[in-house]
Amino acid sequence: MNVTMFIPCFIDLLYPQVGISMVRILERLGHKVDCPELACCGQPAFNTGYWHESREVAGRVIEQLHDAEVVVIASGSCGAMIKVFYPELFAGTKHERMAQELAPKCYEFSQFLVDKLGVTDLGVSFPHTVTYHDGCHSLREMHIQEAPRQLMAKVRGLQLIEMSQTVCCGFGGTFSAKFPAISTAMGDVKCSLAEETHADYIVSSDSSCLMHLQGLIDKQGRSLKTIHLAEILAPS
Amino acid sequence: MSERENILTRVREALTVSTPKPGAKQPGKAASATRDFRSLLPAVGATYEEQLALFRANSADLKTDFYCVKDVEAVKAQLASWRDSEKWRRIASHAGSLTEAVSSSLGLPVCRTDAAYSTVELEASDIGLTECDALIAQTGSVLITNRSAGGRALSVLPPHHIVLARRNQLVSGLPEAFQLIKEKYGSNYPSMISFITGPSRTGDIERILVLGAHGPKKLTLFLLE
Amino acid sequence: MNPHARQFNADARRLSADLRHRGIINTALNKYAIKRDEKKALFQDWEGARQTAAEIKWDALSHLDQNLEKLAKTLEARGTRVHWASTAEQARAIIVGIAKAKNARAIVKSKSMTSEEIHLNDALEKAGFEVVESDLGEFIVQLRHEAPYHIVFPAMHLTRGEIRELFQKELGDAPSDNPEDLTLVARRVLRKKYVQADLGITGANFAIAETGMVSITENEGNARLTAALPKTMITLLGIEKVLPRLEDLALFLPMLATVGAAQLISGYNTLYSGPRQPGETDGPEEWHVVLLDNRRTALLADAEQRDALHCIRCGSCLNVCPIYRNVGGHTYGTTYCGPIGAVITPHLRGLRDWKHLAYASTLCGACAEACPVKIDLHHRLLQTRRNSVQEKPRWWEKLAFKGFAVIANRRPLWRYFITQGGRLGQRFHPLVKGTRLDPAYAWTKTRELPPIAPQSFKEWWRNRS
Repeated sequence: MNVTMFIPCFIDLLYPQVGISMVRILERLGHKVDCPELACCGQPAFNTGYWHESREVAGRVIEQLHDAEVVVIASGSCGAMIKVFYPELFAGTKHERMAQELAPKCYEFSQFLVDKLGVTDLGVSFPHTVTYHDGCHSLREMHIQEAPRQLMAKVRGLQLIEMSQTVCCGFGGTFSAKFPAISTAMGDVKCSLAEETHADYIVSSDSSCLMHLQGLIDKQGRSLKTIHLAEILAPS
Repeated sequence: MSERENILTRVREALTVSTPKPGAKQPGKAASATRDFRSLLPAVGATYEEQLALFRANSADLKTDFYCVKDVEAVKAQLASWRDSEKWRRIASHAGSLTEAVSSSLGLPVCRTDAAYSTVELEASDIGLTECDALIAQTGSVLITNRSAGGRALSVLPPHHIVLARRNQLVSGLPEAFQLIKEKYGSNYPSMISFITGPSRTGDIERILVLGAHGPKKLTLFLLE
Repeated sequence: MNPHARQFNADARRLSADLRHRGIINTALNKYAIKRDEKKALFQDWEGARQTAAEIKWDALSHLDQNLEKLAKTLEARGTRVHWASTAEQARAIIVGIAKAKNARAIVKSKSMTSEEIHLNDALEKAGFEVVESDLGEFIVQLRHEAPYHIVFPAMHLTRGEIRELFQKELGDAPSDNPEDLTLVARRVLRKKYVQADLGITGANFAIAETGMVSITENEGNARLTAALPKTMITLLGIEKVLPRLEDLALFLPMLATVGAAQLISGYNTLYSGPRQPGETDGPEEWHVVLLDNRRTALLADAEQRDALHCIRCGSCLNVCPIYRNVGGHTYGTTYCGPIGAVITPHLRGLRDWKHLAYASTLCGACAEACPVKIDLHHRLLQTRRNSVQEKPRWWEKLAFKGFAVIANRRPLWRYFITQGGRLGQRFHPLVKGTRLDPAYAWTKTRELPPIAPQSFKEWWRNRS
C-alpha cells in the first residue's frame, strides 16, 4: 500500500523516534511510506475557538492528504481532528467535500495495523510490565480500544496490567497551560492509578498525553517511565 | 401579551429551525429507536413465580419486610404480636375490604383518613395501614394512589407503613404498571399516584444509606393468597 | 478577566491542591461508580435505552409549544392554577405573591435546583417568610448558608464530623457523628415543620402533557409530605421538563435512578394531577404550577445546542468529570455545575461572563458517554468556545494563532522559528525556568519540559531521501 503519514508537530520536534518507529514498522511490512511536509493539524486553534485561523492551517493539510490512498496519523488526538472534526470545521466552505472524502481514509497508527492491515504480531519483544493509557480522543472520538491491546498481547514478555479507572490524563492541549493547577491534579491522579498497577511503563498511542505525564513524573521524581506504543513495536 | 403568549411565541420561533434526530450522524443506526421499553429495561422473568421471586429479592435489597401469607387471619395474628412487642398505642388506616378487617381487630384507636382527620393524630400513630394498586416485580415497588391508600399522608407520615396486597396485584414491570393506571382510572385520575420503593432513605451524609429520613423507617408488605 | 472567571481560577487553584477535598469527593464517587455499573448492567440494552430516551426528549422539545399548551390545559381542567414566568424575577414575584396572598406563616420546601436558579429562598426571606429546606442535603447546606455542591447530593463535600458540628452549633442537638443519629436529628426538627407548614413548595422532575401530571422523584419522603400536609402547594418547573406521554416515565424513572443514585428506581416517584379533588380527604386546597422560561427558549433557539435541554438533572456528567472531581461543585460559582453547568450557564447567564467554564475542560468526552439522554456535552463546549470567539475574540490569541498559521504553512519559517528557534530558546530557558519571566511558567511550575530533539522528524525524513 502507499501509506501517507501525518506526523504531528510535537512528534516532529520532541519525539521524532515515535514517527521514525512508525515508518520503519510500515516499511518492514512492505508498504511504501510518504511523509508530506505538514506542520500541524490545526487543533490548537480549533479547540480554542479560532476556527477561521484553524482552517488556514488545516486547509493545507486537507489539500496535501486528500489524494492519498490511505492516511496514517501518528496520534489519536490529531487523528480525531482530521477524521472526526475536519468535516465540521470545513462545513459550508470550499473544503467541505474534501474533508468528508478524506475522513474514511484516515487511521490512527495502531488502528491501521490491526483493523486495516490485520496485523497484530510484529515479532518484537518487550519484557516489562506495562499499563496502558487510552488518550481521550483515541478512545471516545476514534473509538480505539482493542487495537493497541491486541498489538501488546503479541509482544513477547510484555505483561499488561490495566489501571482500575479510565480517566483523562489532564493534558487537554491549551488546557494544560490555561488551567495548570487542574491539569496537574488530573495528571497526579493518573500517575497514582498507574503506580497502583506496579507497572514499569505507561504506554500510550498519544505522545501529547505522555509528554504531560512524563513532565510530572520527572518533576516529582516518580519511578514510572512512559513510552509510545510504536517504540515498543519498532524493529530493533 | 400575557407571559404565556410571550413564552409560547418564543418557543414557536425557536422551533422554526428543526434539529436532526439524536445519533443521526452515526452510521449503521436503526431507523428509529424502539419504544418497547420492556426490551431495554432489566429483565423480569416470564412466569408469575419468577416475577414473585424477583419482587422478593428486590424487597430484601430495599429492606422492605415482605411476607407471603395465607389470609387476613394470618395478618391479624402477626400485627397483634407486633402490637404487643412494639407497644403500639394507636394506628391509622382507611376503609377497604382488607384494611378494615385488620384495623378493627387490634383493639386500638384507629385514625381513619378517609374522612376529615387530625394531622396531629396521624402523626402520633405508630403505623399506617393501607391497601395498594399493584406490586411491581421489576423494581420491588408498591403502587398506591390517594384513592386506594387512604389519602396522601397516611402512607408517609407514620413511622411504619404496612401494606396489604393480593396475589393477583403483582405486575411485571413499570410499563405494565402505567398501563394498569390508565385502565383502572381512565381520565379520572386520583390527584396523587405514588410508586413506593422501600422505606424512606437518604444517602446525603457521606453517601451512606440511612433509613427513615422523613417517611417511614419501616415498610412491611403482606401478600395474601 | 471577568470576576466570575477570576473566582473560578482562584478556587480551582486552591482545591486542585487540596488532597483532603479530593479524597472525600473521589471516595464517594468511586463507591457510587461501582454500584452504578451494577445497576446499568441489569438493563437488557442500556445503549438502546439511551437512544430511545434521547429520541423521546428530542421529539418532546420539537413539539414543545404543543406539549406546554396541552400540559396547562390538562392541569387547569382539574383545578390547578398554572402560571407562566418568562424570567426568574417574574417567577419569584409570582411565588412571593402567593405566599403573601395566603398569609403563609411557615413554608416548607422540597429539593428544587430550579428554585436555586431563581434564588427563591432569598426572595421569600427578604419578604419576611421563613423557608425550611426539607431534603436532608439541602437542609444541611441551608444551615451552612451554602449553595448545593452537587445536583443530586447537595452535601457531598462534608464529612459526618462537619455535619455534627453544624447541627451542634445551629440546632443545639447532635449526639454523635453517626449518620443515622444525625438523620434522626433532622427528622425530628423537620417533622414539626411539616405539620405546622401552611405552604409547601416543590420542584419537579418531569411533567406529563397527556394526563396533566407533575412527576416528583425523591428518596426521603419529604416531597410527599410537602405535597400532603400544607394547605397551599406551589410547584416550580422549567418548561423543558414536559414529556408527551405518561408511559414515557417507565423508561425515564429507572434511567434517572440508575445513573443518578445507583438505584433500580428512587424511593418515591409520585405523580400529582391536581389539588385536593372532591371526595379526597387531604392534600393542598390550592395547587399552583409555575412554568419557568428564564432563557430556556434562548437555548431552544440555538439549534446546535438545543439538546442541552434534554437534561434530566441526573448528575451523571458531574460524577465522571475529572475537572468536577478535582475542583468540586462550588468552584463553578453558579447554580448548575459540572459539564451540564458549563454548557447551559452561558445561555442562562450570558456568554461573555461565563465562557470560561467551557474552557475549563479537556474535552475528554466522559460526560457525553455517561449522559443517559445523549447530550453531546463536550462538543457543546467546543462550540461555545467558537461562539465566544465569534462574539468577542481575544486579540492576543487571534494574533498568536494567525502568526502560527503563517509559520506552519511555510517550511522555512517553521524550520527557523519553531525547530531552530525552539532549540535556541531551550538553551537559554534554564536561566528563567520556574521564575515569573519564564514564558512556559504555566507548564514548568509543576512539570519538566521535554527537550527538543537534536534531529527533528522532518530533518530525519529529509536526510534519508
